[in-house]
Amino acid sequence: MRLSRRALLAASTVAVAAQPALRARAQAAQTIRIGCLTDMSGPYKDLAGPGAVAAANQAVEEFGAAGKGLKVEVLVADHLNKPDVGTTIARQWFDRDGVDVLVEVANSGVALAVAGVAKEKNKVYLNSGAATSDLTAAACNANTIHWAYDTYMLAKSTGGAMVKAGGDSWFFVTADYAFGKALQRDTTSFVTAENGKVVGSVTYPFPGTSDFSSYLLQAQSSGAKVLGLANAGTDTINTIKQAKEFGLKMQLAGLLLFITDVHSLGLDVAQGIALTDSFYWDMNDRARAFSNRFSPRAGGARPTMVQAGVYSSTLHYLKTVMDMGPAEARKDGAATVARMKAIPTDDDCFGPGSIRIDGRKIHPSYLWEVKTPAESKGAWDYYKPVATTPADQAFRPLDKGGCPLVKA
Amino acid sequence: MFMIFGIPGPLLFGQLLLGLINGAFYAMLSLGLAVIFGMLNIINFAHGALFMMGAFVSWMLLTYVGIGYFPSLILAPLIVGIFGLLLEKTIISRLYKLDHLYGLLLTFGLALVIEGLFRNAYGSSGMPYRIPSVLQGATNLGFMYMPNYRGWVVLVAVVVCLATWAIIEKTSLGATLRAATENAPLVQAFGVDVPRLITLTYAGGVALAAFAGVLAAPIYSVNPNMGTNFINTVFAVVVIGGMGSIMGSIVTGFALGVIEGLTKVFYPQASATVVFLVMVIVLLTRPRGLFGKAA
Repeated sequence: MRLSRRALLAASTVAVAAQPALRARAQAAQTIRIGCLTDMSGPYKDLAGPGAVAAANQAVEEFGAAGKGLKVEVLVADHLNKPDVGTTIARQWFDRDGVDVLVEVANSGVALAVAGVAKEKNKVYLNSGAATSDLTAAACNANTIHWAYDTYMLAKSTGGAMVKAGGDSWFFVTADYAFGKALQRDTTSFVTAENGKVVGSVTYPFPGTSDFSSYLLQAQSSGAKVLGLANAGTDTINTIKQAKEFGLKMQLAGLLLFITDVHSLGLDVAQGIALTDSFYWDMNDRARAFSNRFSPRAGGARPTMVQAGVYSSTLHYLKTVMDMGPAEARKDGAATVARMKAIPTDDDCFGPGSIRIDGRKIHPSYLWEVKTPAESKGAWDYYKPVATTPADQAFRPLDKGGCPLVKA
Repeated sequence: MFMIFGIPGPLLFGQLLLGLINGAFYAMLSLGLAVIFGMLNIINFAHGALFMMGAFVSWMLLTYVGIGYFPSLILAPLIVGIFGLLLEKTIISRLYKLDHLYGLLLTFGLALVIEGLFRNAYGSSGMPYRIPSVLQGATNLGFMYMPNYRGWVVLVAVVVCLATWAIIEKTSLGATLRAATENAPLVQAFGVDVPRLITLTYAGGVALAAFAGVLAAPIYSVNPNMGTNFINTVFAVVVIGGMGSIMGSIVTGFALGVIEGLTKVFYPQASATVVFLVMVIVLLTRPRGLFGKAA
């Protein structure tokens, strides 16, 4: 049999044309893929990491996706706290592996980079771990929601409340990078707004500093009443430990302190510290119920607000997908996010809430004080409530962020 | 209150003392590195990881077995030293005939593996280790509030550093060691088991790192990454002091601690860099280091 060149050409064209058809059929099976991009090996492993993955899986199971005819897969990757690694994984997930939504992403640098990829590919990005409030300001986009907390919320709650409670002079110990400086800047504005004053600050090299005693002595000799810790993770832990060791007579304000940090410090060191969290496992019946279901999945640990955010955001996403129909939701990330903003949120972690046009998830924030060893009834019983900022005041006012999505 | 360069005097004295305390850790770690480099010609990049292991082993002894701080000061270096001995016997000894670079790469890889294993098992936020009750509290020195534990660290570090120096420079064991470094075949001809000597030297250097780790456990969080913060500075200390020079690494360790401490008052942002600045200056003017012997 002789094959003409034209026949060959036609055959190959058909073969190529058939491929998208095959792919389309595979999509018709309606599998939703959730990519949990987190820090599995670095400084944020404990506050996010495997616990965040467990929270995403918990949301999928409790949503009862299987019973609703929806197949959901959770993929996991480690961004190593490097923006380039994070964006490469995100692109691979979106382009090759059919991932529809990214959750978590602790680390502000990685988060800002990944938000751009989600927009470019028109997918959904639900951030819980990163702190920077820029995600809902100039860097906001129609595909991104910032879930659990941000630097503005922390600064307002801890800074404002402590000045009202008499801590009217501050000294900052600040990590020398964007996050630390933003936290100090935001907190300073709330301290001065309440007629408090900042008497000094010291900016230390990040990363690579483990001895803070020198800065603590400088803080002590400044005569300030409050020591603001504009840092996170191990740095905060070391600062607090050494403040205790040197008998620092100042009130400590942990501007970003997670319950896993307090757990690592131990109550005899951490007692009395003021901190802000939008979620604490023992704050009400629903939070307790959620945490009791979470702990066995996370080796007995209680969830951080980041992990609670991953649970809450995943759950709300799946609700929205069912509401829109999976095929529609998979097609258009921005439309899905718009739909998520239209539906009120409600879950065991944050209770009823909503999502603003700029992508900011709205809920109350809470100021806590770390209990003394005598007050604590056992492991993970660490916080007592001090003050609550209602949902409508907890975050930066909509018109102050400069997010282009907000029409004047 | 009197002022020195615009800084209150008491604050400056406090910083000098704190610098000495950090210097104590630099001295102990760089001492181990210098000993290992002097005898084995291996640049031991795993030193930071072994320092971390020292802290972790003392935490484990306390948590799982109930053995407290003071026995740990002996036991943890012993345990980590034995681990070092096994490392040397099974892996590192295969590299002596090759270029320095291979040893550097191997020990760097070992450091990554060891830290990765600990991070996987114990997470990244670290474990609490309490200061032993006899050393708790602080003494008011007039110009600063000095935690008793930090005073203890400086004291112990000075004693250990001088003892190590004395063993290597003043005893017959030390003389044999030094001779073996100069000319191994000749020393072997005298009936000395040189490979065993080298193994024990490595284990000794590792034990020193672990000892520093136990001392560090109550001050810093016992954390898989705690060694990486130190190791770069400590390498700079060894280079400034003169590769392989025992006294050089001790003196440089303490001196750089003080320089770093002062930088933290005048320009804190540069405190991580100042050590390397000194290194550049020393390498430009005295390429063999401050205490290095001429070739």
